[in-house]
Amino acid sequence: MLSLIVFLPLAAALALMALPRLGDGAARWAWVAVAAVDLALVAALWLAYEPPVAGRLAFEERAQWIPGVNSSYHVGVDGLSLPLVAMTAVVFLACAVFALRSNDRPRTQAALFLFLQSVSLGLFVAADLILFFLFFDLSIVGMYFVIAGWGHGDAGRSALKFFLYTFLGSLALLAGFIGLYVAADPHTFDMVDLAEQTPLTGSSTAGALVLAAILLGLAVKTPTVPFHTWLPPAHTDAPAIGSAVLAGVLLKMGTYGFVRIAMPMLPEAWRAWAWVIVVVGIVSVVYGALVALAQTDFKRMVAYTSVNHMGYVVLAVGAAGIVAGDTAQARSVAVTGAVTQMVSHGLVTAALFLVAGVMWDRAGTYDMGAYGGLADPAPRLAALFAVGAFASLGLPGLSGFIAEFQIFTGSIAAAPVTAVALLGILITAALFLRALQRIFTGATQGASAGFGDLRPAELWAIGPLLALSLLIGVLPRPLLDVIEPAAQVLVQLVGR
Amino acid sequence: MRPALLAPEIVLFLGGLAALLGGSFLARTRQWVTRAVTAAALLLAAALAALDLPGPAQVAMEGTFTVDTTTGVARIVAALGTLVVLALASDEIAGTPRESETYALLLFSTTGTLILAGADDLLVVTVGFLLASVPLYGLIGIARTPLGAEAAMKTYLLGALFGILLLTGVTLLYGVTATTSYAELTDRLADAPAGVVAAGVVAVLGGLLFKAGGAPGHFWVPDAAQGAGGTVAAFLTTVPKIGAVIAAYRLVELLPDTLAWPLLVALLAVASMTLGNLAAYWQTDPRRLLGWSTVSQVGYLLVPVAVAGRSDLALPSLLLYLAGYTVTNLSAFAVTTAFPQRRELRSYRGMGRTHPWLGAALVVALLGLVGTPPTVVFVGKLTTTAAAWDAGYAWLAVLVLLNTVVSLFYYLRWIAPLYARQEAAGHRQDADAPGRWSGSTAIGTAAVSLLLGIGAGALWASVSL
Repeated sequence: MLSLIVFLPLAAALALMALPRLGDGAARWAWVAVAAVDLALVAALWLAYEPPVAGRLAFEERAQWIPGVNSSYHVGVDGLSLPLVAMTAVVFLACAVFALRSNDRPRTQAALFLFLQSVSLGLFVAADLILFFLFFDLSIVGMYFVIAGWGHGDAGRSALKFFLYTFLGSLALLAGFIGLYVAADPHTFDMVDLAEQTPLTGSSTAGALVLAAILLGLAVKTPTVPFHTWLPPAHTDAPAIGSAVLAGVLLKMGTYGFVRIAMPMLPEAWRAWAWVIVVVGIVSVVYGALVALAQTDFKRMVAYTSVNHMGYVVLAVGAAGIVAGDTAQARSVAVTGAVTQMVSHGLVTAALFLVAGVMWDRAGTYDMGAYGGLADPAPRLAALFAVGAFASLGLPGLSGFIAEFQIFTGSIAAAPVTAVALLGILITAALFLRALQRIFTGATQGASAGFGDLRPAELWAIGPLLALSLLIGVLPRPLLDVIEPAAQVLVQLVGR
Repeated sequence: MRPALLAPEIVLFLGGLAALLGGSFLARTRQWVTRAVTAAALLLAAALAALDLPGPAQVAMEGTFTVDTTTGVARIVAALGTLVVLALASDEIAGTPRESETYALLLFSTTGTLILAGADDLLVVTVGFLLASVPLYGLIGIARTPLGAEAAMKTYLLGALFGILLLTGVTLLYGVTATTSYAELTDRLADAPAGVVAAGVVAVLGGLLFKAGGAPGHFWVPDAAQGAGGTVAAFLTTVPKIGAVIAAYRLVELLPDTLAWPLLVALLAVASMTLGNLAAYWQTDPRRLLGWSTVSQVGYLLVPVAVAGRSDLALPSLLLYLAGYTVTNLSAFAVTTAFPQRRELRSYRGMGRTHPWLGAALVVALLGLVGTPPTVVFVGKLTTTAAAWDAGYAWLAVLVLLNTVVSLFYYLRWIAPLYARQEAAGHRQDADAPGRWSGSTAIGTAAVSLLLGIGAGALWASVSL
């Protein structure tokens, strides 16, 4: 079942490449159909899901791959990965719908995004470090071609920077993985075995170095301050759906790595360095928000809010490592909030980047100063933007609130100093309201004149993403019921 | 004697003789017969080696030649690698005046490589070195271009220098141990004067590094890769390394602990990979760029050599890397021979759009050389790095990974123009169709590089029999 979900898009991508005579329209619709089928399969998976026993995974599949180094094709899901799998399928379907209007080599584009979808899904279900690394690296390769091939502006340069920077991160990650492998006895790359063994417990220096390598790799991908500098140019020059996937899905690979690899496999080192992680999280939150506030380019601004939002996740997982007294409950809430934030940010930011894509499509600029009074010619765009902005800044009733509320409840209980990061929410609220004001209110002027409102494909791409955010905000239980048991297990593992 | 154990080498050598003599008696238009003979010899050698592979290790020629898994893998990889080179030749040198001579020299040089790979005696190493090198000088110069002549001269002079160095090393080692056989050297080296042993081993290693194209014996590689024809360039950056690196492995494995040999080899590895990567940075000729890239690849190949015998992963990972490197590097060269007119990176502009399959093959090959999963070189890099770390050389593993990041940049300099938009008019020199043989070879080898990576388990099982 999991393998089918992961490799169905890849098979479709290969089929698209092998059929050069396929018309552009057929290719676009084939992409939508495959993404929809994949989402349906994920929905079926969700319905059949039962939380596995602690330390195990549900829907496990395992086959030998490189037995010489104890690496296997091992996949499975639990409460940490299943929500991300679902979010990935949703975001990719939204991108497929949005791209129904795209004219630039649609067949190749569809194949590339289907490839990326397989890679992203594969990463979230991987239960073997080498398999994880495989998908991690391929996500970089795929995104490089998306930016370089379909981007605008200085796309080649931004893509190169993105590739080099994140590739450096991925190799740091690989170094950490090899460190774990060598330290494990018997040597293995299997995540479940490694989480059970916690190989570097007792050797604090080696544990710290391996953790540092893994954290560096994940921090570049997430990205956290100070490793975020590849993100703004990559986003600015990427096509809309590329940005949506990059921010919505690819960034989660970093934060997912924290909860899937770093915390359960290196609990001792994680606890020892939890404060550093908390500080990096707080700095990312505040710095990301402040820099976003200073932007005049709408897309760059959203990109920096990603740094801010990922900062909350880092903050929460860091706080989960501060083991003191009977805060286990609080720390588990923080982790639940972190995973919820990953899902919420994926949906909301993807929607906001698609909004930016509409702006580029109509007016060819992201400069907020060039717009004004856009609500008049484009009321539907204005409405969706407002919902997205409110979801992003954490208004109650939307998913961002559920996530951030839990993050702060848990983190402040475990480490009161994290309350500093509340400042980030304030700034984010200010910057989104200001953006709303500058672009949409006032007299219609500049690039807003003659701006066509959302077309059906755009509406059906952006709308469902925000509707899901609203759904999570109003009815969080189905999601939290999946995440909470896994978060409790994770907090136990870190506390070992 | 047991000459039957050397059947693959004998087949290759006889095949070379047959191609040489047959070529002299065949009309220019019928030279393809020699190509068929060469291909048959290579296939037969690979088949014989494959049949031998599962058997136990044996020694031939009074204990001077080992036939074990390592030799077997080297035979198969080298023979099939040369077969791929032959496919490239079908575009480039079919019907040229020196066709059959080229095939003969390719076979002789391959035989030399295999003798290096199986050698269990310093004198046999010398024989293998000469047999692998001398045909190479001719091959590099056979194109008769000014650059080719320069490269041939440079290779010849360096080869002579390092050949003498190798002989000096053998003489020194013989002088202090009174033997050249590895079986006896193992014990006697420990009791011999450490200084002389060090000088001798360094000299022998130097000779092997020339053959492998690693620092400090690498100066000829970029020139030869650029100046020689595409077929020869593909051959000389790939096949000779197989024998040389394995010979280095066998030598390092038997060295006593009197000196920090792993450290020395590790430093040579780092020197090769770093130098090759940095020098490749601003190259504009794709073949020269690949030439420098192979220098860096030798650095990665020396990593398991450095930890020979100190990690269970060392030998299988070396063989796997060799196999993966051979197929991936040949794939990249095949693209350059498919477009012999494109001798600058920027002339590849838009190639991926006009020839999507070849573009994809080149991307797979270049990202494979970087070590991106799921290509087979990734598995090689992963396991060699793990072997280094396992043996306590974590810093070497980290340097390998850092060098990998560094190398990404220049491979991307080649990948980036592939999908760039074609300039409007004028610059359309891609009306030239890609060479048929080279094109399909490039795609085929790229696919093999992916398949071997995905099926790395089976490959690992066969290299660690």
